Amino acid sequence: MTQRPGPNSVSAHVDNGEDVPDSGTSGASVSRRLTEEEFDRYSRQMIVPGVGKDGQLRLINSRVLIIGAGGLGCPAAQYIAGAGVGTIGIVDGDVVEVSNLHRQVGHAASRIGMKKVDSLITHLRGLNTLPTYVPYTFHINPQNAADIISRYDLVMDCTDNPATRYLISDICVLLCKPLVSAASVQKSGQLIVLNCPPTPQGRLDRQYAPCYRCCFKKPPPPSSMLSCGEAGIMGPVVGMMGVAQAGEAIKILISALHIPSQDHSIPLERNLAQPTLLVYTYELENAVGPYSFRALKMAGRKKNCFACGENSTLTLEGIQSGTPNYEQFCSLPSPNFTLPPDERITASAYHGARNRGEIPNHLLLDTREKEHFSFGSIDGAVNVPFGKLLTKAAAIKREGGAASDILPPVEESDVAEDTPIFVVCRRGLDSQEAVEKLKELGVNNGGKRRIVDIVGGMKAWKDEVDPAFPWV
Amino acid sequence: MADSTEVPIRESETPTISIAVDFYGGLHTLFGKGQHKLAIPAADKSGNPATIGFLVTHLCETKMNDPRTELFVLDGHIRPGILVLINEADWELEGEEAYEIQSGDNIVFVSTLHGG
Ligand SMILES: [Zn+2]
Repeated sequence: MTQRPGPNSVSAHVDNGEDVPDSGTSGASVSRRLTEEEFDRYSRQMIVPGVGKDGQLRLINSRVLIIGAGGLGCPAAQYIAGAGVGTIGIVDGDVVEVSNLHRQVGHAASRIGMKKVDSLITHLRGLNTLPTYVPYTFHINPQNAADIISRYDLVMDCTDNPATRYLISDICVLLCKPLVSAASVQKSGQLIVLNCPPTPQGRLDRQYAPCYRCCFKKPPPPSSMLSCGEAGIMGPVVGMMGVAQAGEAIKILISALHIPSQDHSIPLERNLAQPTLLVYTYELENAVGPYSFRALKMAGRKKNCFACGENSTLTLEGIQSGTPNYEQFCSLPSPNFTLPPDERITASAYHGARNRGEIPNHLLLDTREKEHFSFGSIDGAVNVPFGKLLTKAAAIKREGGAASDILPPVEESDVAEDTPIFVVCRRGLDSQEAVEKLKELGVNNGGKRRIVDIVGGMKAWKDEVDPAFPWV
Repeated sequence: MADSTEVPIRESETPTISIAVDFYGGLHTLFGKGQHKLAIPAADKSGNPATIGFLVTHLCETKMNDPRTELFVLDGHIRPGILVLINEADWELEGEEAYEIQSGDNIVFVSTLHGG
């Protein structure tokens, strides 16, 4: 990858991120004339009160690192590049997939299979050739994080997992970098500015800005965590958070709040030492309802914070050698049980038994959400979404009632007390729990009826039986 | 807003307090909707003033329409990864689960997100 420094550019020439100058001076005001192209390109934003030539030069002399080139990183990068930030680093190891395109607006159908970082930079060059773009076509990790982040003035966390979020925040604390963090899944979004203005670790003589750990002390257990791949994500929701991230970053850079310093000549327009957490909830069920944005006031730096607090033992050397262990921190044990073999059948064995007529009369319950079920299902399957099944099971336990009510309505004549039940879900976890629940309620009629889990769910059905099955 | 009570206070000997409880970050799906105006008992069964700890149990027992309580409570406490704000302030500053709920309080539960 080659970069094209702008005319009169003051940033050093860089190649694959190897020679970006050390941070610390780039935010200082550099007085020079704008080139004609810069003047034309940025005029509409420069005439906005509060920006001006000085603000624009601060953007041009700034270096922003965008970690993650997905649903947050794409919209964020567009506005960071458009605004004329001088050096833009982008980190991501993934390649573009067609299922990304509904939200990851920096990629294109013609670039499927390309590294996301290269695809996004291609898009950004189409918008603005003046910035220096620095590609990092691999994932950030405890070994490379400090080296990469040290080359930038401000970091944007556009990643998709908690382990990486804690890592990025910890490095930003130790290297005194402001962090603009956003996250989004399904129909919810969040945004917060952290560690801004940046303050050295352990300082508590007055109120300072919090880090990610000050606000979010512990990660949720993996069992309660939803990823965009599993829970889905609405494009405009994650897009809105990414755009807002760019907006916050631009404000910080124009105001020179990213420069670690004791006193700021520019008055703070708001108290970043106690930032707000913006939460956005997008209602599909209630389309005529009001917009749901809420800005929640957060506390400042916490004395007992593991990363930035008084007696923190967190160091760059420690992180690089594996302390703390981020993966372990974010993957507390979750109840992942496995049913005994006689209560399970593989997708291909089930398919074979059906074809050979060995199970002429049986019930097949599909416990996926109804949206997943709507794309397709095995012939004869009845949809009983897992959440509904649990709700019914809880109601029967609490209020009594026939356990068989939990089953879908079927012709009486079709179901005898020994008619077996097969349960299938998306990936084979919920179905095992469903089997347990049904047995607990006595749906197995004291062992007369077999209740069997289809191993690996509809994913396995697609892999082993029907490659054309529309599995999401 | 938080003072208005949409829920009729039952004719009962237990005095109640009116509060607003909001859920964000996907938690609202466990409780049917995001914004709740509630009249909760002013004291628990032993007569101690209603605390956040009491409210959490009360919400699980009366408002949760999803049986997966572990998405809200683990080992009797709010599960990790949920922020609690009491009248716009971090609950750590207010005594966490021991905070005694006052009439008109706004309690906010936010599940932190990690996707992107
Ligand atoms: Zn902290």
